[in-house]
Amino acid sequence: MPQLTYLQAISEALREEMRSDERVFVMGEDIATYGGAFKVTEGLEAEFGSDRVRDTPMAEAAIIGAAIGAAVVGLRPVCEMQFSDFVACCFDQLVNVAGKMHYRQGLAVPIVLRLPSGGGFSGGPFHSQNPEAWLMHAPGLKVLAPSTPADAKGLLIAAIRDPNPVCFLEHKNLYRRIRGEVPAGLYETPMTARVARDGDDMVVITYGGMVWSALEATEDLEGAKIRVLDLRSLVPLDEDAILQAVRECGKVVIVDEANATCAAGAQVSSLIADRGFEFLDGPIRRVATPDVPIAFSPILEQALLPQIDDIAETCRELLAY
Amino acid sequence: MATSQTRTTERLTVADRVELLRYMLEMRGIEQRAMTLYRQGQVPGSFYDGFGQEAVSAGSAFAMAAEDRLCILHRDLAAHLIRGVDAERVFAQYMGRCSGLTDGRDGNVHFGDRRLGCVGMVSMLPDMMLVAVGMAMAFRMRGEQRCALTWLGDGSTSRGDCHEAMNWAGLQRLPVIFILENNQYAYSTPTTKQYAIDPVQRAAGYGFPGVSVDGNDVEAMFAATLEARERAIEGGGPTLIAAETMRMHGHAAHDDMAYVPNELVDHWRGRDPIELQERRLVDLGVDVERLRAEVARTLEGALVRAREHPMPAPSSARDGVFCEGEAEALGDGLARWSGYA
Repeated sequence: MPQLTYLQAISEALREEMRSDERVFVMGEDIATYGGAFKVTEGLEAEFGSDRVRDTPMAEAAIIGAAIGAAVVGLRPVCEMQFSDFVACCFDQLVNVAGKMHYRQGLAVPIVLRLPSGGGFSGGPFHSQNPEAWLMHAPGLKVLAPSTPADAKGLLIAAIRDPNPVCFLEHKNLYRRIRGEVPAGLYETPMTARVARDGDDMVVITYGGMVWSALEATEDLEGAKIRVLDLRSLVPLDEDAILQAVRECGKVVIVDEANATCAAGAQVSSLIADRGFEFLDGPIRRVATPDVPIAFSPILEQALLPQIDDIAETCRELLAY
Repeated sequence: MATSQTRTTERLTVADRVELLRYMLEMRGIEQRAMTLYRQGQVPGSFYDGFGQEAVSAGSAFAMAAEDRLCILHRDLAAHLIRGVDAERVFAQYMGRCSGLTDGRDGNVHFGDRRLGCVGMVSMLPDMMLVAVGMAMAFRMRGEQRCALTWLGDGSTSRGDCHEAMNWAGLQRLPVIFILENNQYAYSTPTTKQYAIDPVQRAAGYGFPGVSVDGNDVEAMFAATLEARERAIEGGGPTLIAAETMRMHGHAAHDDMAYVPNELVDHWRGRDPIELQERRLVDLGVDVERLRAEVARTLEGALVRAREHPMPAPSSARDGVFCEGEAEALGDGLARWSGYA
């Protein structure tokens, strides 16, 4: 099986899905001739032409609005926000037009919004955010956040084929750092959680970039067998897998790279408190970024984003509980 | 202000001109009855109408072909009727009953029948300009001779989406028509507090024509829209049509519009779009009274039937947030103009 980086896997999903379905096209700022700020779409214009690989004006609301329009007349747009932070500029289109369309009038809006997200490289307050909670709170949007190259490819294909608006969070810090086996050809990864590493002394529930931090933090923690549950999809949220992990492990740490308040992890925590209480052998513990903008200076950024040591320390405390 | 009347009458048969009046009468008749229903407590929420603006949606929608696509706003009921939505379903929609439009999920004219090529509006009106741009972009990508149309209000011109849409449409020379329904007030805010320069002039800055039309003249609206459509499908790009009209009622049923000077209302009352079209047709020997009676009869029957539509089941409130099956694209609407026959 070929080894691809997370970024290459995303590119391959786009390329293969565009080859197999002529309705699929991509658009965004600087994505065609330049190949995208992160080069995810590099080479696509040469293969598919500038009609299906479209550089747009610098207008995020227009990107989503135009995608909605193209989708309801039969195309399958895949849009890129250059950085997920800019989704704030098109929030109205996403939340009020795309998210509510099917509920209000039975009109499906099959669009995908790719959102390069996350911090760890001094991107500062406007190039480091994790906006998933904003999106999860809006009815009608699916929210995916893969952590492995194979899942990134399979989930992106599943997103493109989904008849609903799908926000696809791709963690920038995984783009070139993470490499793995990726099946050739077209396949869909289910929008469910995956056990990244098995264990039954405790479970760390997380997603996206933090999956790798959680794996590293719990690799050798006083001999404990620590499960890491990779959610992969935040909407829909795999409640059964979460509750099963709690039942089998008894102790839970939830990790978000996003700001703590109302984060995906807060939702997971609420679910466990509500429906998994009797399985718990200790308090639900959370590790997340405090409710602070992501600072620029590396020393400040590291003080904010969950670090491997923070996760390990929380796990140690809970193991000792 | 009006575009050439000679040209208009050349393209409209007498039957077409009667149809234009019929849709305006239906729109007014439906909205008057709905206002009564609202006051009787049978229409929840508030109620918004397009009294005095009937010509804007009737004239422009009449010029659109079946395969065209529309984003219809809340003072444009005639466009829905022209595309093929009947009065019975509109009444049921207003009352929050099952109508096949939103089945109680959204109110008022917040609907679009997807099977008839219409996208339902959201309250953030200029959002729909971008959706229309996207539809037009898709038509262009597939090499289709089709056109998208959306309305916008004078208040919409202040929003960033309006700029983004006009810029994108002009840049890519897309087959899209923007109809600026200038009814002088955005809620209580007059146009003097909305913009420094008549927004029709902005079109030139985006690289496409902007034309001012008498929005109370249904045939002028038809002519301007038809011309814009023909240019669009021939690859000539977008058009901004500024329809000058007046919102003759409050923003919604609760609003007494005390902020509007009486003289302004009086001025526009003398320019009623329905009376204007009736005078034309009377001169042509059309029995307008008979048409009025016919429309009234139709609407009374529709209202009786609409009351029999069931209320949605509470158990259905959570259904349909996501599409579970195949995504179905918008279907074709009806094309009413004799030129499409």
